Amino acid sequence: MDETQLRLDGNAAGGFLQEILAQDATSMRIRCHGCGSVAQVGAQPLYMYPGSPGAVLRCRACECILMVVVRGPGRLRIGLPGVTWLELPEPSDVR
Amino acid sequence: MAGTAVQRRLTWRLADVVGVVAETLRVRTLRLSVPGWPGHLAGQHVDVRLTAEDGYQAVRSYSIASAPDGAEGLELTVERLDDGEVSPYLVDELRVGDQLEMRGPIGGYFVWDAAMGGPLLLVGGGSGICPLMSMLRLRAARSPGVPARLLQSSRSLEDVIYRSELEGLAAGDPELQVIHTLTRRQPPGWAGRRRRIDREMLAEVAWPPRERPLVFVCGPTALVETVAGSLVELGHDPALVRTERFGPTGG
Amino acid sequence: MRFVSRGFRRRPPSDGDQGRVPPGQHVVRDFPVLSAGPTPRTPLSEWTFSIVGEVDAPEQWTWDEFSALPHEMITRDIHCVTTWSKLDTIWEGVSVDTLLAGVTTAADFIIAFSDGGYTTNLPLEDVTGGRAWVVYAYDGEALAPEHGGPARLLVPHLYFWKSAKWVRGLRLMTQDEPGFWEAYGYHMRGDPWQEQRYSGD
Repeated sequence: MDETQLRLDGNAAGGFLQEILAQDATSMRIRCHGCGSVAQVGAQPLYMYPGSPGAVLRCRACECILMVVVRGPGRLRIGLPGVTWLELPEPSDVR
Repeated sequence: MAGTAVQRRLTWRLADVVGVVAETLRVRTLRLSVPGWPGHLAGQHVDVRLTAEDGYQAVRSYSIASAPDGAEGLELTVERLDDGEVSPYLVDELRVGDQLEMRGPIGGYFVWDAAMGGPLLLVGGGSGICPLMSMLRLRAARSPGVPARLLQSSRSLEDVIYRSELEGLAAGDPELQVIHTLTRRQPPGWAGRRRRIDREMLAEVAWPPRERPLVFVCGPTALVETVAGSLVELGHDPALVRTERFGPTGG
Repeated sequence: MRFVSRGFRRRPPSDGDQGRVPPGQHVVRDFPVLSAGPTPRTPLSEWTFSIVGEVDAPEQWTWDEFSALPHEMITRDIHCVTTWSKLDTIWEGVSVDTLLAGVTTAADFIIAFSDGGYTTNLPLEDVTGGRAWVVYAYDGEALAPEHGGPARLLVPHLYFWKSAKWVRGLRLMTQDEPGFWEAYGYHMRGDPWQEQRYSGD
């Protein structure tokens, strides 16, 4: 199987990211530290596999690592090595 | 507008399986009842979690196939993957009366809301049609005036999911075109396309870039990358092309 | 009381393989490809393998020099942290003992570094004494790029994230330092028989 077939995108990270953000993460915009391009999480390639404790979100334009997420026992560790900034819409109605 | 369906802390909840429909030999639709379902947007998905007696868990994502229609529930359409861990259970074992743990709706990027207008170009491969079907069903109910085209790639006619519903929608709607390409097997006399979606096919099927269609592409990664890349090469604005790649986690 | 999905069970290890399969693993016949990024494509003319860090003198081999080193065939079971195991995989390559033969060091740890930036750390004793190799062939053929070619580290007694694909060298260290996954919480050693998947296991 060609390895490109295995690559997902940020949509697949939507569930566990929303667990901690309390709002949608897939439309979150990120500016890439490597190349300066800005795109939504849902559009970016995500390297994640069933059963894998870790997932890597990369910049589609320059392939640098934007975000790393690792689930351990009772915790979720999030690294943001390639994020210059991330942008969320301000919740209009905080619940 | 999109507000409430994308803003909430996600919790796992139990859905009741109230119906199952065989779509093709490999594909089944599950009708789920979820008391207090907050509603969803076309294109969103849910995470489904299975738990074994020994505590072992497996989680997979599935697109919501039903239109946002105010129902206290939703439909998921699942394709059985040969070495899947979750999909064989959902397609072969789960039955009416069972419960399914899930959380959602999830997603704010790969979403079409009728207010976004069109023209609407939907490109799908295999089970990638599922979130696109939610969009088409929404359009049929609320905005049939929005011009829409679905270009769907399937292995054979027997593998086309929602085949008769798509025929029915297109037959009654001059603004909707459904174009199939069958990549492995074609019925005798098939006059339609018979190869994988490529740039040439998109140039024939898509509106010209100056019409600024909203594009949603969903399916296996290789198809999504080829289609999105080709559309941009043809001059479509990348900001108008939204993608969702399926992979082994869809099983 | 936690919800249980009626009739759902985890994949069994596989008939007859019970004693060879670590807890939580199941046997596969194919060879899944997992990566944290796109496949690097370093031309052999530019490829080198280095031993650096806490050594009296760093070592480096070009591809031709590396290919001329004593090598061997290795058959081992491998275990991925995503729960698949593959039995009797056949490799060909150079023992890390051979690579370290000319090296004097006080180091107790190494970090393997690869094209694309991936790193993974290991205790020195886990890569010596016939426990690790740098391999360039799998199943009788040149190692494919998606499986780590031209060469990858092979440390079959630990979870396969330690067998760094596209490896370009080893850095010897006196202190243990986390590599890529370890820094985010994967276990520093990764013994599948003790299910050492995360730090804190």
